[in-house]
Amino acid sequence: MTALLGARNLRRDYLLEGEVVHAVRGVSLDVAQGEYVAIVGPSGCGKSSLLNLLGAIDHPTSGSLSIRGRDVGAMSDRELTAFRLRNIGFVFQRFYLMPILTARENVELPMAEAGVAKRVRRARASELLRYVELGHRERHRPAQLSGGEQQRVAIARALANRPALVLADEPTGELDARTGADIIALFDRLNADGTTLVVVTHDEELARAARRVVHMRDGGIVHDEVLRARA
Amino acid sequence: MRIALALAALRRHRARTLLAVLGVAVAAAMLLDMVMLSTGLRESFRQLLLSRGFQLRLAPRGTLPFDTEATIPGASEIVRLLRALPGVAAVSPVLGAQLHVPRDSGAVTAFALGIDPAAQGDYELVAGRDAIAPDAMVANDDFLRAAGARVGDTLLVAAGYDPQLRTFTGERRLVVAGRARFLYLSAGQPAVALPLRTLQRMTARLRGTGEGGDDVVSLFMVRLRQGSDVEGTRRWIQAHVPRVDAISTAGAMARVDQRLSYFRQLGLILGAVSLIVGFLLVTTLVTVSVNERMGEIAVMRAIGISRAHVVQQILLESAAISLGGALLGLGLGLATARYLNGILSAFPGLPAAIDFFLFQPRAAWTALALLAASGVAAGAYPAWRAAGLPVARTLREEAVA
Repeated sequence: MTALLGARNLRRDYLLEGEVVHAVRGVSLDVAQGEYVAIVGPSGCGKSSLLNLLGAIDHPTSGSLSIRGRDVGAMSDRELTAFRLRNIGFVFQRFYLMPILTARENVELPMAEAGVAKRVRRARASELLRYVELGHRERHRPAQLSGGEQQRVAIARALANRPALVLADEPTGELDARTGADIIALFDRLNADGTTLVVVTHDEELARAARRVVHMRDGGIVHDEVLRARA
Repeated sequence: MRIALALAALRRHRARTLLAVLGVAVAAAMLLDMVMLSTGLRESFRQLLLSRGFQLRLAPRGTLPFDTEATIPGASEIVRLLRALPGVAAVSPVLGAQLHVPRDSGAVTAFALGIDPAAQGDYELVAGRDAIAPDAMVANDDFLRAAGARVGDTLLVAAGYDPQLRTFTGERRLVVAGRARFLYLSAGQPAVALPLRTLQRMTARLRGTGEGGDDVVSLFMVRLRQGSDVEGTRRWIQAHVPRVDAISTAGAMARVDQRLSYFRQLGLILGAVSLIVGFLLVTTLVTVSVNERMGEIAVMRAIGISRAHVVQQILLESAAISLGGALLGLGLGLATARYLNGILSAFPGLPAAIDFFLFQPRAAWTALALLAASGVAAGAYPAWRAAGLPVARTLREEAVA
């Protein structure tokens, strides 16, 4: 499979109350096109920090990252923003939908930024909401949706610009087991349909659903196992 | 989408947004009123001075028109001299005096103007005939009300009145030929106008010059033909007509400007204060709003929304508050100005036609545009904060919170 993402010796140090915290310590990781990777590990092991680096919303202290063959570290802030818009989809633990927009408008937002024509983006937003089985809720605002439904809208938003890579940070963290299982099933379907997924999770069910599990401890990768090859 | 997002963000806290808009509206109203006050009184004076087309006024030397009881002798000769000047279209001699109408309880006292009905520029005839006949006069509503008279009535009118002895001098019967609105008099002041010669004769004995020889006036008003050199004519009159000060409208305006400088300074200071208040109000509100939405903004940035978009959205929010406030303030300011104008116009000694607050579209729109621009500028700080927030750290802090 083609390498979609390549991280080499990524380090991320924070200064926290005068002390240097080594959140990510020399991580190297390749993710191929169509992979479904779960990053697991205890709290504070650097999973989310690594995901932020892989998603190009944070800069590594050292090391390099390439996505789709492009050196992310060499990009300006404006280029990075545009790159994220078109190549990376994000799903957050707390959904982070715009409360003032409807479900459909939330999905439309990245497309509007990408300059997609209104009619086209509206049609695609509706299509994506149907994909996540929320076609009937597209005019509802986040406050009118359950947690699981909000997360599905967030997933639809992540897919809006047909990204090469979707990154999810504890996507089932705020959901009950049954709703979490729905999201896990949705991720499985996404991956089966060709989306490359990297998921940071504490959820064993979600980790088991992935095809490859990367174990982290103290900012580094301690084990990288392939559970099953993609069908 | 940006506009929709900005408006939606404002709708999120309707009460807070409404209060901010009202606050800006009050600031806008105050700014508008201050602009109207600082420019209105001056412009109102200018319009009044030019309303009848007289560009020059000749007052007794060392005085302003009707500032004292001083008069200019040899009026007929001066009128002839002025009318002979090439640029002069009309000369209106005016004598100011007091006339009294005897009543059981004493007298009704009115300000009287001796005028040349053919060239006068002191009143507008509202009803009846002009004061052309030697025994005719026109009066304003305040006089008619006080004297209990109507158009067509004949009244015994006296030039002199001794309230201690209750005696009248220089009496004459005059017919109220018409009803007039006087341009330069204060509100509620009873006033009449009659032929100059009649008033000169009536008041001659009071001046001690004897009837028939009292060829005096208080003021000349001179209208020049279009394209004439106003300043050149003024200088010529000043040099060749003794005992008068020739004042052009521009000169009068300069004096008005001097006297109104306090108004302008006050207007400037209060206008600047209201501008600053509006600015701070919008800055505070939008900053609070942005602080509440740091997580959302970080997510927007994470999913690829550009800094420019974030900045535009926040500037749009502040612009919407400012614009809403400015438009509301326009109505509020006009209503306040109208109310205050009603109070101030009754100020004694000022022409009733003078407006303290004059709506001049250009000045008003400039002021409101300034306020709207300051409102947009007020969004600059929160916009800068929002655009510059570290995405990963903000998301981490939000998650911890």
